[in-house]
Amino acid sequence: MDVNGASVAERVRPAGPPGDNDRLLRRLRDGLPLVARPFLAIGQAIGQSEAGVIAAIRDLVETGAASRFGIIVDHAALGFTANAMVVWDVPDERVDAVGAALGGRRGVSLCYRRPRRPPVWPYNLFTMIHGRNRDEVRALVEELADGCGLAGLPRELLFTVRRFKQTAPCYGRDGRE
Amino acid sequence: MDSIRDSSDPTDRRLLDEFQRGFPLIPRPFAELAARLGSTPADILDRLRRLTAAGAVARVGAAFRPHRVGASTLAAMAVPPGDMVRIAALVGGFEEVNHNYEREHRLNLWFVVTAADGARVRAVLAEIEAATGLPVLDLPLERGYHLDLGFPLWT
Repeated sequence: MDVNGASVAERVRPAGPPGDNDRLLRRLRDGLPLVARPFLAIGQAIGQSEAGVIAAIRDLVETGAASRFGIIVDHAALGFTANAMVVWDVPDERVDAVGAALGGRRGVSLCYRRPRRPPVWPYNLFTMIHGRNRDEVRALVEELADGCGLAGLPRELLFTVRRFKQTAPCYGRDGRE
Repeated sequence: MDSIRDSSDPTDRRLLDEFQRGFPLIPRPFAELAARLGSTPADILDRLRRLTAAGAVARVGAAFRPHRVGASTLAAMAVPPGDMVRIAALVGGFEEVNHNYEREHRLNLWFVVTAADGARVRAVLAEIEAATGLPVLDLPLERGYHLDLGFPLWT
């Protein structure tokens, strides 16, 4: 599913010492067990204390290895079946402020800056926008343009047609997240 | 699934909207969710089991950031439309390509190349150009403003 746009695949398993942390990360792939004390259950499975598991997860988030810890929703299952990579040509002196403003807006899963490659590629700001259908995506783009100071700037919507491949990154070892 | 898509259950919606990040890292996290949503721990666990079974929830867990290990780039090609399936298969055949999508644009094939270092990424792009006979646009990440932090679904 193209929920996270091209860049979700750029995510990788965090670097860290092998051993306990690796075992914890492998456990976390499948998510927390849905029991009253999930961190205790994980700890019992890998030989760590409940407090140790909680501290290790907090560390993942605080060091930035994990972008978040929470409920990972499947947008397609929730009806968000239309999505587009929306690209914008934002003046360099404004792009950081605009990028920061776009993040966290409704329907925006990713926002990042990449280089322009004139003349074939004039856009420097990339967003992934999700909606229940293409009209909703178009409406969200208008809303973002008006709300984040992007009205009138060159932009294009690249609707997703199909996915050929989406796998975890490979680094020559088990790199699955 | 339609019941999930069209879910008008306010507790389901709040559960999915408010805990995509900042999940409580405490011994009894579902009790905390229940307290915030005016429910019971058993009810929250039942909802999560149901939403997971329906496919709406992939897991309760971590989303990892890019660029913690190795190097990657987003690349694009303009593939003649009649040749899309063949070219996409060639590109996807590289084990360093872990994300490969057709999008509506003159540049219609977009893929991510990830490898141990930048030199290997550039080498793979060159190999893809050689294999397909098509130029590849190389668009490495310069700065991330919002990387898979989740987003509100209903509000």
